Amino acid sequence: MIINHPTLGPRDSAEFTYLGDAALLRRPNPKSETALDDFYSYQYLRDNPAGEHRELWYHEQGDRSWLVVTRNTVTHDITKVEFARDVKQAMIEKAIIKRAKS
Amino acid sequence: MILVDLNKPLNFVFDGKLYQGFEGDTLASALLRAGVKVVGRSFKYHRPRGIMGAAHEETNALVEIHNDGVCEPNRRATTIKLFEGLTAKSQNHLGSVNFDMLAINDILHPFLAAGFYYKTFMWPKAFWEKLYEPIIRRAAGLGSLSHKADPDTYDKGFLHCDILVIGGGPAGLLTALNLGRAGKRVILADEDFVMGGRLLSETYEINSASSVNWAAQTVAELKTLPNVRLMPRTSIYGVYDHGVYGGLETKTDKISERGPRQILWRVYAKHAVLAAGATERPIAFANNDRPGVMLASAIRTYKNRFGIDLQNTALLTNNDNGLMTNAEHIIDTRNNQYIVDVTGRKGVRTVKLNNGETLKAKHIAVSGGWNPNVHLTCHKRGRPIWNEALACFMPDTHTLPQDLSVIGAANGAFSTYGAFIEANAVSVKLGAKAAHLPIAEDAPINITPFWHVKGRKRAWVDFQNDVTAKDIILAHQEGFSSVEHVKRYTTLGMATDQGKTSNVVGLAVLAEATEQTIPQTGTTIFRPPYTPVPIGAFAGAHTGQHFHPTRLTPSHKYASETGAVFVETGNWKRAQWFARAGEKGWRDSVDREVLMTRSSVGICDVTTLGKIDVQGRDAGKFLNKVYVNTFSTLKVGKCRYGLMLREDGIAMDDGTTARLSDTHFVLTTTTAKAGPVFRHLEYVRQCLYPNMDVHLISTTDQWAQFSVAGPNARKLLQKVVDSEFDITNEAFPYMACTEMTVCNGTRARLFRLSFSGELAFEISVPARYGDALVRELMAQGEEFDAIMYGTEALGVMRIEKGHAAGNELNGTTTAAALGLGGFVSKKKDCIGKVLSTREALTGENTLRMVGVIPVNQGDALTNGAHFISQGDAETAPNDQGYMSSVAWSPTLKSYIGLGFLKNGKAREGEVIKAVDFVRSNHVDVKVVSAHFVDPKGERLRV
Repeated sequence: MIINHPTLGPRDSAEFTYLGDAALLRRPNPKSETALDDFYSYQYLRDNPAGEHRELWYHEQGDRSWLVVTRNTVTHDITKVEFARDVKQAMIEKAIIKRAKS
Repeated sequence: MILVDLNKPLNFVFDGKLYQGFEGDTLASALLRAGVKVVGRSFKYHRPRGIMGAAHEETNALVEIHNDGVCEPNRRATTIKLFEGLTAKSQNHLGSVNFDMLAINDILHPFLAAGFYYKTFMWPKAFWEKLYEPIIRRAAGLGSLSHKADPDTYDKGFLHCDILVIGGGPAGLLTALNLGRAGKRVILADEDFVMGGRLLSETYEINSASSVNWAAQTVAELKTLPNVRLMPRTSIYGVYDHGVYGGLETKTDKISERGPRQILWRVYAKHAVLAAGATERPIAFANNDRPGVMLASAIRTYKNRFGIDLQNTALLTNNDNGLMTNAEHIIDTRNNQYIVDVTGRKGVRTVKLNNGETLKAKHIAVSGGWNPNVHLTCHKRGRPIWNEALACFMPDTHTLPQDLSVIGAANGAFSTYGAFIEANAVSVKLGAKAAHLPIAEDAPINITPFWHVKGRKRAWVDFQNDVTAKDIILAHQEGFSSVEHVKRYTTLGMATDQGKTSNVVGLAVLAEATEQTIPQTGTTIFRPPYTPVPIGAFAGAHTGQHFHPTRLTPSHKYASETGAVFVETGNWKRAQWFARAGEKGWRDSVDREVLMTRSSVGICDVTTLGKIDVQGRDAGKFLNKVYVNTFSTLKVGKCRYGLMLREDGIAMDDGTTARLSDTHFVLTTTTAKAGPVFRHLEYVRQCLYPNMDVHLISTTDQWAQFSVAGPNARKLLQKVVDSEFDITNEAFPYMACTEMTVCNGTRARLFRLSFSGELAFEISVPARYGDALVRELMAQGEEFDAIMYGTEALGVMRIEKGHAAGNELNGTTTAAALGLGGFVSKKKDCIGKVLSTREALTGENTLRMVGVIPVNQGDALTNGAHFISQGDAETAPNDQGYMSSVAWSPTLKSYIGLGFLKNGKAREGEVIKAVDFVRSNHVDVKVVSAHFVDPKGERLRV
């Protein structure tokens, strides 16, 4: 497998460590009243789609960046590779805008 | 044109007898030339077998290569390039190949049909393991192992190209030529040691000259192109995601040769062209496994390429291509002629036909048509489709990977001209100019499928696994009608040839039995590897001490000079103990190291603990997130113990963190978790809190760090620390840290930490000074009888002190279980905090860490023992916990243990049983505080 790193270009998957579903980026609010249930779902419940899947890979033998890789679990085609910090940052900004609007 | 050099004889030994072959021979061709008919025994029935094929499809002629008492089994004689001094042996017989005592299995065949071992040998039950299985194991199986270490080396390599061409027959050669001339970076890989494929085996003409010449000229031109890499004897065995291909190059078949014997290549290609050709398939008829029954194409190869005329041949064919074979008798199934039986146990004698006629013959050439070698098109879940006109499975263009093209016979274009046309077409598709089409034969495929001559006697489908047509029909009768089930029940298409000759015939027999068509029956899935790949090649150079990298501590050289025995901890080699003259065993050394440290001073290399630099304005805030306790409030110049949880609330790692400035922390991890913790911290930093101003870098290898422990630790350190630094208890109390210099200006860091429970310091210097520092410390420590101690003494002292380590941080324990529940800050969130509050982890009856001591002082404790309450039966439902660490404490003159006990904190003083069924060690123990030595922590604060 080859992962097309956003800045380092195509790299062999042997350089990476796999973590799992990129849903991990959405860590629940620990102060919420439903925190225990939220964290339970966050930690243990995962979708297992046959098809497009966003997942976290760590470039451990490289620049140590965490990446969000969009991979088709049926064909193994990789259609998108992003820095996880960019993805998370966008999520944070979106949440701020949403809060400001409401 | 013959491709062996009769002027270059080569001597070789087969089954103890000396023979002569020639340069250019394979072992198979040399044996045939020498008239050797029986080259092995079959897998199950131990029937005599001869050579059947001429290349990788060979299913009978499996031999062992021997040298220096080492043996490589299950090598196909057709793929061994003959060399001077080759020693080979036939395999799978008890006694000689000509008198195999296990041939009795052939008479017993009615009892040995498909799945016999599932049905027979069932009673009495106890006999299976002791009697039946060992006998079956002895009788079955293929070659044997020498049980000696492999003396050869193997290597691995990586290659990149624009286009990988797989197969060096007419299609592959012309494609490589077109692409090479166009300047593409091309790799051409072929299994054979001479490129040309079937061009070398037939009497074809290309442009009015021998096809052998065309192949040689093309190879010669390819060799002149710097952008083309020719790789003969390289089998592409697997297709992987995103243009990655596995290749196995055989440099030599000799055992104990210098240099790598085989090289495992990983090829990265933008596009691949599969020109792997086709394999002829046999026809099943009674006793079709007799030595002398061969594939028609193999007989032509031996004649045209190797110059061996196999006289007295009868040809059985269902197609025109077979008719190219020289034969005295032609039996064409299309004329309703077929073979009903063959006699001649160790070589064909007579051939009985369906018209009642009996022919005398020594060889039978069989042609059941050709199977395109579609294997590599299936490795990424492509499924071949049945072509009725050609009577073969072809690659399905709908399921082919986009970066793989199939041409030539592999794509059903069986003629040389057809191969050239497809080669030109694919070259144009890949951006090269097509060559002028060479003039070549373009024979049409005239085939009427014929698979199996029905009869009472056994007709072989899979020769290597001794699977007959009857077995397949039996499997169907017993309910195994799916082709995947039939494969596993009968072993059809397994082992070294992976059904190259047998699969399609087997399918056809199954289709007949189930009254279905072949497409309805379907085919099994081809998976990598296409040809056998030795485990040695996968291992490459990563064997023995190179199996994983070795990391040496800065004091390694000094330790090895002073009697250290080393232990592997991850990739590190750490000193386990330092043996001195007169010490009778490791316990003597360890006891001495503990006692001398506790009474004076000991030094231990703790460089292996992970060190992570955490810097930035939000470094404290960041550490608050990853540790259960608070770090943002830690004062500069101080250290603090920290416990880290996984998000599920279970303890992940622990260690101390020092604050060197407002924005600079140095965090330590356990040796084993240095990598995973760093990965976790980066995850928290990048994936959860990307807005924090914090940066991380591992400095484990940059700093040599030593623990200096014992009542004289300060006195010793004062001799090396530069005089302007005050390290008295008042100026530098417990848990202090500072940057400083030692030995007249060498940069250093000093931390007042104690794992042993004694007055102790950890001192670190840049790694390159580690060796000098340990020597200086030991030299200055002479007046105190300073000693080095290893990981065993370290372990004993931390157990005496009740500190958790890897055995306690074992992936199942919580902060509360470790007795650190009070550390979890109530004021802030951290990773794992929410889930650590789950009822099952916090209830009254959950495990808590305790200390235990034997009630009878002499009793030994064992790690892994389970705790049972007094009076309870020693059964799993009564389990109260387990022992995690034990040690002989030379300080207390007793065994001591740490463990986890239900509601343990409240049970101090109770006597329970420590039950170890594995080592039959049952000991009464008393539950005590885990802090055996200096529970108030007075010694470490002086």
